[in-house]
Amino acid sequence: MSLIEITDVRKSFGPNEVLKGINLDVEPGEVIAIIGRSGSGKSTLLRCINGLETISQGSITVAGAQLIDDEVHLKALRLKVGMIFQQFNLFPHLTVGGNVMLSQMVVRKTPKAEAETMAHKMLERVGLEQKFDAYPDELSGGQQQRVAIARALAMQPIALLCDEITSALDPELVAEVLAVVRELAAEGMTLLMVTHEMKFARDVCSRVVFMHHGRVHEIGPPDEVFANPQTPELKQFLGMH
Amino acid sequence: MIEFTIWDILRNLLLASRWTIVLSLVSFAGGGVVGLALLFLRISRRKWTRAFAKYYIELFQGTPLLMQLFIAFFGLGLFGIDVPAWLAAGLALILWTAAFLGEIWRGCVEAIAKGQWEASASLGMGRLQQMRYVILPQALRIAVPPTVGFSVQVIKGTALTSIIGFVELSKAGTVVTNATFQPFTVYGLVALIYFVLCWPLSKSSQILERKLNVAHRNH
Amino acid sequence: MNYQFEFGWLFEYYPQIAKGIAITIELIAVGAVAGILLGIVCAWVRALGPAWLKPFVAGYVELIRNTPFLIQLFFIFFGLPSLGLQLSELKAANLAMIVNLGAYSSEIIRAGIQATPRGQFEAGASLAMSPFETFRHVVLVPSLERIWPALSSQVVIVMLGSAVVSQIAAEDLTFAANFIQSRTFRAFEAYIVSTAVYLVLAILLRQVLSMVGWAIFPRRAAR
Repeated sequence: MSLIEITDVRKSFGPNEVLKGINLDVEPGEVIAIIGRSGSGKSTLLRCINGLETISQGSITVAGAQLIDDEVHLKALRLKVGMIFQQFNLFPHLTVGGNVMLSQMVVRKTPKAEAETMAHKMLERVGLEQKFDAYPDELSGGQQQRVAIARALAMQPIALLCDEITSALDPELVAEVLAVVRELAAEGMTLLMVTHEMKFARDVCSRVVFMHHGRVHEIGPPDEVFANPQTPELKQFLGMH
Repeated sequence: MIEFTIWDILRNLLLASRWTIVLSLVSFAGGGVVGLALLFLRISRRKWTRAFAKYYIELFQGTPLLMQLFIAFFGLGLFGIDVPAWLAAGLALILWTAAFLGEIWRGCVEAIAKGQWEASASLGMGRLQQMRYVILPQALRIAVPPTVGFSVQVIKGTALTSIIGFVELSKAGTVVTNATFQPFTVYGLVALIYFVLCWPLSKSSQILERKLNVAHRNH
Repeated sequence: MNYQFEFGWLFEYYPQIAKGIAITIELIAVGAVAGILLGIVCAWVRALGPAWLKPFVAGYVELIRNTPFLIQLFFIFFGLPSLGLQLSELKAANLAMIVNLGAYSSEIIRAGIQATPRGQFEAGASLAMSPFETFRHVVLVPSLERIWPALSSQVVIVMLGSAVVSQIAAEDLTFAANFIQSRTFRAFEAYIVSTAVYLVLAILLRQVLSMVGWAIFPRRAAR
């Protein structure tokens, strides 16, 4: 059984069908890059896996937990899958430490001391332990995004979804975030990332998914996909980079 | 005829102002509690609770407070209870205040970026947890200036309770006028007392709002 | 509850209600037009006008916004005669509503003026317009357009607030309701009916104001 099973998933916004039957199985420890033009449905797919969008048809299962749109099932699923956003979405009213501790305490009911230890550990992992008491608006974009990663990791997910996590960053800050992701991949974390960083995808990912018009247009190991694209759409897409 | 000094007049008005203050506090506190309930109904996921809150708010914002007072005063009487003016006044003002506060607060909750809902959802929080730990703490900050501002409307709203016979500052103004035949002085003083009660609140609402805007720009 | 609802009186007292509605409409029509004009003048003074005038206008606005409409009305109707200014019930109600809306709308309109991009003033000046001409021809209409929804809400609030003019015996809708309840002792029904009428008036007034908006803001109409 695969870790994440996406079977014939369709999603429409009104009359507009954004996902037109997606099939994708992700094995434990895989790092998958999802690439494609804006509007190809790649972000929507990621948001569906986390239950932020409800799917119109098909099924999504993560480690045996099926995605059903009620609070109990959603919570079970979200405990297994963490998500990192393009805009960081840190909680501005809490310190960095508070951000990482909050959901441990209210969702997992972890005692405060334990949550704090975990927060320190996770912040150390992303290299920001010294910022424990800082507020998000005192950090650079790259640092904020690393806190967001620590926040997701503190829930001990078995997979992480990364939605264009470097797109809102100044170019010089991209590397520090990617370095953290690279390390996670090396440690065996299952990662699904929508990204525009082609070099990173080529270096780190086990498979690359090219989405086009709501479908998985091409899929394969990065060497094949980047070196030998099969379809004119992918050729054109890569040519632009 | 007895001669009334300005001091006599002012003393009577100030004594009655106590009841304006008490009624304002009761209405604001009660309205806050009911308003919070309305807010939760208004942003609930269930359609009919949203609709109920929406129509409640439209009804109370779309009809005169004076009529609401009359209906509370005479309507409760239909149940065979002899309704004292203070009870009708308190009840109507609480329900009226709740409608406005509920609507103000909904605006504040909706002003919180969608990403905050998504991030907290992705961390596995339920709807109440999201509200309690992520949305409300942020909404509260931006809710303070308009909420303080609205307290001024509540104080001014209490003046209408004089019409159903509750003896507060406005009613005292009418009584004292009838005794002294000095409407210009008496109503001038009544206005002055209301101003003294309301102006600090108006001003602090403005200052808080300005502070908030400055803080926002620094982000 | 052994109360029997009784609405038969509606037929008998229909003329009183109709007259009350007419007067309420007249009050808000006059109040809205004159009040907004007064508001524009005051907003101009506070945003762009001569410095010596500003404190006076600010004082007026603060005074009105921090005292109840009922007291403003009583002051005008009962208090001003001692200064030799005796007004009829209706005139006093008109004046109170104009003064009240003038203060509130000036704050709203001022916010609209202050949101005008600097470039608009500079463009006006570069075309050799005087500051007043720039205000009149360049700044005013877009400023009003910006805050028209807020201004509309305020007009509705003032209309609903006008219920208290019955207290100086101006014969508006509330006056009619009071009259009917004193004759029929059907207080609850009389107030329910008039409340419903107020609700309809408020909804209609909002429609009318949004139509006025369409008429005076060409870009809106084009949309």
